[in-house]
Amino acid sequence: MEQEFRKVSHHAILSEVQELQEEHYRLIQICATTVQEGYEILYTFGKGYDEVQVKIHTDVGEHVQSISRFFPPAWLYENEIHDLHGIEIDGITLDFRGGLYRTKEKAPFAHKEVKEGK
Amino acid sequence: MSSRSVIPFGPQHPVLPEPIHLDLVLEDERVVEAVPSIGFVHRGLESLVSKKDFKEMVYVAERICGICSFGHGFGYCDAVEHIMDIHVTERTDYLRTILFELSRMHSHILWMGLMADAFGFENLFMDTWRIREKVLDMLEAATGGRVIFSILDVGGLRRDVPDDMLKSFLPVLDDIEKELAIDIKTFLNDSAVKSRLCGVGILTPEQVETLGCCGPFLRGSGVKRDSRKLGYAAYDDIDFEIITSNDCDTYGRTFVRAYEILQSIKIIRQAISKVPSGEVMVPVKGFPQGEHMTRLEQPRGEACYYVKANGTRFLERMRVRTPTFANIPALTETLQGCDMADVPILIVAIDPCISCTER
Amino acid sequence: MNNVNFVGQALKNLFSKPATLNYPFEKREFPEGTRGHVENDMDVCILCGLCQMKCPTGAITVDKKAQTWAIRPFSCIQCRCCVDNCPKKSLSMDKMYQEPGPEKTERVLDLSDKQKEVLAAQAKAAAEKAAAAKAAMEAKKKAEAAAAAGGAGNPS
Repeated sequence: MEQEFRKVSHHAILSEVQELQEEHYRLIQICATTVQEGYEILYTFGKGYDEVQVKIHTDVGEHVQSISRFFPPAWLYENEIHDLHGIEIDGITLDFRGGLYRTKEKAPFAHKEVKEGK
Repeated sequence: MSSRSVIPFGPQHPVLPEPIHLDLVLEDERVVEAVPSIGFVHRGLESLVSKKDFKEMVYVAERICGICSFGHGFGYCDAVEHIMDIHVTERTDYLRTILFELSRMHSHILWMGLMADAFGFENLFMDTWRIREKVLDMLEAATGGRVIFSILDVGGLRRDVPDDMLKSFLPVLDDIEKELAIDIKTFLNDSAVKSRLCGVGILTPEQVETLGCCGPFLRGSGVKRDSRKLGYAAYDDIDFEIITSNDCDTYGRTFVRAYEILQSIKIIRQAISKVPSGEVMVPVKGFPQGEHMTRLEQPRGEACYYVKANGTRFLERMRVRTPTFANIPALTETLQGCDMADVPILIVAIDPCISCTER
Repeated sequence: MNNVNFVGQALKNLFSKPATLNYPFEKREFPEGTRGHVENDMDVCILCGLCQMKCPTGAITVDKKAQTWAIRPFSCIQCRCCVDNCPKKSLSMDKMYQEPGPEKTERVLDLSDKQKEVLAAQAKAAAEKAAAAKAAMEAKKKAEAAAAAGGAGNPS
């Protein structure tokens, strides 16, 4: 069984997500991966037992738009990504500003340059 | 105008041995807002992928949580097996199903005990845990561990569970079914218990869908969805109905969990009668390359395992989305407008496993 | 009348034997294959170091020079990985759980005298074999060189 990971430009994520919301999909999860040149963010949406995977790529320091306007539970995942990967996400409905995870080291999964730069 | 006060709940709280902190904003006795914060026991298990190779990560995945240990190990192995295109034997599939259901039973019975403890019925709490011990004994006999099983491996199981041992589980399951019936009757019919559960934490089916809930929390609000129907392991050969409740409150969630234990017993019986003979391990060669997302139904709900591999010994990313994490938005929603006295019950109702949430 | 459901069970629990064991006097029977703690039979161990390489937590240290095998029991996760990988089956899993302690200790096991002799004899035999092989190799090389020289010195 091959899974499809649909790649989308990170400016187009909001329109993509809006379409999915209109088709009554639900948010399953959001997860970020630190890759060599920046980060990958993977959104998983589900409808019944089907799932859709949408992937965007961002560079270090780039801001990402929040999808919590369309999918309310996204605030939790987006705060998690901000706290662990240090990716700035704009417009979260419930923004903890780095206060959700009380880790000793801020953004432990972030890129090395970012960690050393701070 | 009544004044507002903020009461901290946790991370140390008698009702919940798990480190979640909630700032409860109270207006008299009523909670108007609840702000969660987690991260007290964040262990960075996901970042261990850069230090442990993909086979050693099985041990790490199993140790994410003590209660859903089997589910985590299974989800991780399943994702890696999909990437490497390994087809495990049929016997492995069946044994995994049996062990998965046994661990679901022990998790649900544990939850029932915690719930009884939360509404102050100590006797019921002890009785359910007495029954749980039998499930743990079966698991120990089959795998060698009471809660951390260390039986899973990429490509199958590390040891076989002999057929006569599986047969010897059947009378124990009958016993458990009989004894649990008394406890379940108390949970569902006792007027004192009902007064604590009915009408507490109401979430409509539409709300649970938009809040992204999963597991018994979802089915307790009448949504018929169970990831076991995705047909991983041997579940597509097994006949079972999804248990739902239309009560949409804590009573409904208790109902779903109680009947899921009995259903697990039925699934185990079916699986034991169908278990084929054969090997339990297939050889694994090479290193994984690719990515996969596995979804499966853990005792607490749907869990997601995302594995990304780049063709070396070490994986690039392993991500686990635990069911408790998905249920936190719904928890904050149910807490709004509830009584202060109902807060412990509402928190226990999502069956929180915070340590599992903070890999 | 619904709140007397549990009374029967409660009374039964009150008058029946406790469900728990009277622990220090009554020991639990562990089922076959319980993973308690790792034991090493120092009469069989050959100090190959495979367990040290395979241990996911790095709890095992094999010192070939001092001829010791050591485990840090508080780092061990009882996964049975070392036991499954042991080529001589000298490692085994004891059923009794690891005993608790006030501090994280390391348990060092010395190789038994008998096994020390065996290993020394094996090492000696291996060294002799290697030396013999080396000598044979050199003799062969010399012979080849001589043959080549002979061949070169006999052009006509």
